[in-house]
Amino acid sequence: MDDREQRWMQLMQAALGGDQPAYQRLLREIAPAIRSVVERRLWRMGAPTGESEDVVQETLLAVHLKRHTWRVGDPLGPWLRTIARNKLIDHLRRRGRRVEVPVEDFAEMLAAPEERPGTEAEDVERHLALLPDKQRSVIRSIAVDGASVGETAERMKMAPGAVRVTLHRAFASLSARLKADE
Amino acid sequence: MKTDDLIRGLAADTRRERSLESGLARALCIGLAGAVALFALILSPRAGMPGLMMEPRILLKFIVTLSLAATSIWLALRLVRPGADARPLVWALAIPAGALMLGVVTELVVTPLPGWMPGLFGHSAIYCLSLVTLMAAPVLVSALYALKRGAPEHPMLAGAAGGALAGSLGAALYALHCVDDSPLFVLVWYGIAIGFVTAAGALIGRRVLSW
Repeated sequence: MDDREQRWMQLMQAALGGDQPAYQRLLREIAPAIRSVVERRLWRMGAPTGESEDVVQETLLAVHLKRHTWRVGDPLGPWLRTIARNKLIDHLRRRGRRVEVPVEDFAEMLAAPEERPGTEAEDVERHLALLPDKQRSVIRSIAVDGASVGETAERMKMAPGAVRVTLHRAFASLSARLKADE
Repeated sequence: MKTDDLIRGLAADTRRERSLESGLARALCIGLAGAVALFALILSPRAGMPGLMMEPRILLKFIVTLSLAATSIWLALRLVRPGADARPLVWALAIPAGALMLGVVTELVVTPLPGWMPGLFGHSAIYCLSLVTLMAAPVLVSALYALKRGAPEHPMLAGAAGGALAGSLGAALYALHCVDDSPLFVLVWYGIAIGFVTAAGALIGRRVLSW
């Protein structure tokens, strides 16, 4: 287990304990790692690498919604690779492509470069537009505008607890919609 | 949407989730409560039941079904955890299978040939099939509900493990009522019933457990 995986495990453990900055840092660190592996895979298959950001975002969403399936002390690498591979397969299947994805492709994930600029992706944006108004506004306010839960609650005249619940439901339905988009 | 924005949003969702283990434990309590309620509604323990539990042939039914349930829980949890390898656990299925085989062989040795067939067909084979399935149904629903929180690489296998869990618990419950004690009966009819619930779990799991 290398230093980076060790550090990610500590960040994940802190994140599960409610440490929000640690969680954000972890997601920011794993995003480029997923991106580089996915880009390489798509490129090798002759698929447009422009789609890789969609896979990155879907994987991050899955990592988030399934984070309780990681057990403190388990290595993070195999867990993350399995999720990323599953989401890449999903993505390819939706586009009607061949779905053979060797696990070995994801072995390089931990060694991926630290920095790779992310771009916009379409899938999440497109499904976001189809969410119920309230869910969409909460995601936009917190994710895009960078408002806190408290500010969003004030702006939308909701209780902070209700904003949290709405935010969680919004991510869950976003993920379900992406999955159902066959 | 920019990935950075998505990350900011995800990090703000600080809802704490219970672990897979405690989620499954809770679901099983609910499912079993439903199954016990069904049992109380339409069945009753056979005469002399708590005392009969130590009779070898009756005890065997509980050893087989409960060890299969325990193995299935263990398998199911591995199957819904990304990156966990469930294959080494398949060997644990040898515990219920071995216990049952031991019982069957003993039965064949100690029972004269003319007694085999009556033992195998018992008094209530069809009754057994339908009641085990019925007792298993609430457990299957709750188990799949809990497993849905996981992330199985093979939703069908995870569903099958949930089905085996539900089927074996349904069978253990039915064993409190069942008066057919031949291990041959258990092998065939309990086997078919548990197999049926396992298949149902696999088919439903394939649809509902993908994520």
